[in-house]
Amino acid sequence: MSDADIRPADIKPADAKPTATPRADVIHDIGYRHYDGPRLGRSYATRSLFVLGLRGSFGLGRSIKSKILPMGMLAVMCVPAVIIVAVAVYTKMGQLPLEYPRYLSNLQFVIAVFIASQAPVALSRDLRFMTLPLYFSRPLTSRDYVRAKFAAMFSAMFILTALPMLIMWIGSMLASMSFSYNLEHLGYGLVAAACYALVYSGIGLVISSLTPRRGFGVAAIIGLLLISEAVSGIVYGVLTVKGHHSGAHWAMLINPGGLVDSTVTWMFNLRHQGFVGVPSTFGAYVFIAEILVLALASYGLLVRRYRKI
Amino acid sequence: MSVIITDNLTKRFPRVTALDRLTVDVQPGVVGLVGANGAGKSTLIKILLGLAPATEGSARVLGLDVATEGDAIRERVGYMPEHDCLPPDVSATEFVVHMARMSGLPAAAARERTADTLRHVGLYEERYRPIGGYSTGMKQRVKLAQALVHDPQLVLLDEPTNGLDPVGRDDMLALIRRVHSDFGISVLVTSHLLGELERTCDHVVVIDGGKLLRSSSTAEFTQATQSLAVEVTDRQSDPSFDADAAMRDRLTAAGLSVTADGSRVLLVEIKGDETYDLIRDAVADLGLGLVRMEQRRHHISEVFSYDAASAADATEEAPAHV
Repeated sequence: MSDADIRPADIKPADAKPTATPRADVIHDIGYRHYDGPRLGRSYATRSLFVLGLRGSFGLGRSIKSKILPMGMLAVMCVPAVIIVAVAVYTKMGQLPLEYPRYLSNLQFVIAVFIASQAPVALSRDLRFMTLPLYFSRPLTSRDYVRAKFAAMFSAMFILTALPMLIMWIGSMLASMSFSYNLEHLGYGLVAAACYALVYSGIGLVISSLTPRRGFGVAAIIGLLLISEAVSGIVYGVLTVKGHHSGAHWAMLINPGGLVDSTVTWMFNLRHQGFVGVPSTFGAYVFIAEILVLALASYGLLVRRYRKI
Repeated sequence: MSVIITDNLTKRFPRVTALDRLTVDVQPGVVGLVGANGAGKSTLIKILLGLAPATEGSARVLGLDVATEGDAIRERVGYMPEHDCLPPDVSATEFVVHMARMSGLPAAAARERTADTLRHVGLYEERYRPIGGYSTGMKQRVKLAQALVHDPQLVLLDEPTNGLDPVGRDDMLALIRRVHSDFGISVLVTSHLLGELERTCDHVVVIDGGKLLRSSSTAEFTQATQSLAVEVTDRQSDPSFDADAAMRDRLTAAGLSVTADGSRVLLVEIKGDETYDLIRDAVADLGLGLVRMEQRRHHISEVFSYDAASAADATEEAPAHV
């Protein structure tokens, strides 16, 4: 509308007489109004779904009850870091008592519980309540849906794993520890966090996409992670007893947590602990390849799973 | 402009042919798609949304090709599925806002449109409560609202009256009528109940076994056969007086064809507006009471039962034009 159009009604000349003002207490039925504002399309919808998924992973925007577990897990991840920092500062240590990536390997169980509880939340609701046709009758495609959900789960996992290490790093800086050493090792830790997030999100989402029942999803994910860890431990033990000390590390292949841990330990030449480690340089490359294959395969399987609705 | 055009549209699954050379041309308005369960209604909707490829033939929605321009179609079309699709633990407002954003509306516009749309479908204070506690009628309204929230040019409603009681059915049908008359949005509504579509739709397309049975306007179906059902009381002062016979003689004398339908109802052919006046005057002159005078149309179903038989004879039908 140009200026000229609105002038007669909205802008009164100075000498106009006060006309009868409309009564203020009238309810106007404005009827149906068409929407002619912007339509932001697929990428915007995908981003919205990502933000919703990320918030949902921590129970934000959901009921109080849904906040308890993810927020609890986040607290459990962070509290030891705060304690470590406090002890290190109090006893005036020159260095943190724990490597950054090592912190995550010690708390693998917490990461597993988080993914087991939150991956089904991301997918099972839409399956169970059959909301998917509503998404896919909009510009959003099934591939966009998978991308948004995967990215949201990955980001949630990354926040969960990176936050405690960030606390440790801030603590080390407050205690005036070596800046360059801590920054470098925080970097190692963040690489480890990204690997955990990638592998665990992929496995968790693929399993939860198979069942509309959240309970089954939770049980299947936690079961898979625990059993694979136990089996790889047993295989490692048997091989070590038989004398295959370095070859025994191949057992890490069937244990997602051990896989990431071993790979990161080798990559940054960190101190070994427990049965973590790579069998050989070749083995290390195999481990890296498996991490990538796990991530890509789970993405591919999800895309496949949602292609038909 | 045609809203939906299909040309020899065919969809074959390994075991069954869901759509068999379907050719229709749907104009703006409320269009009913009728067929028994498994007639191919839902398959047609999926193809029209660009979600499933056709085996053969082509289709255009709002002038856009379903095979190549699915994105653009889905931006301009709303869809209400037949089955339950609402999460019970969120409120109608939260849910519809989310769906509006999935359609590409910015957050502020999504909230505003949601409030408007929920009001238009008749959900007020309850929209802030979790959907789990809603009645079936309210849930159907939420499903309709999410299909309308992005102000589409066409909505595809799959069995919107499913599971509703008679009153709920009437409300939903009136609402669907308003979607076109007040909102200016074209509607394709499926049902397996002909009676419903008769009241609601401008046009009806009937498919059976994936084949087009008939496609024409509702008025065309029923116009030729309009009649008035008239029922009068006896004279209280003179119970022996045969009021029905007197009415019949009176109206026949005025040149109207009158048939009795067995009970006390007379079916009077409508010749125009003056028919109503004639009946009123006849009742007044004879000193009778008028119990009812209502338009009675032949039901579409009768037309179809006849139609199905004749269609079976003439399988090679010209492309139907709604």
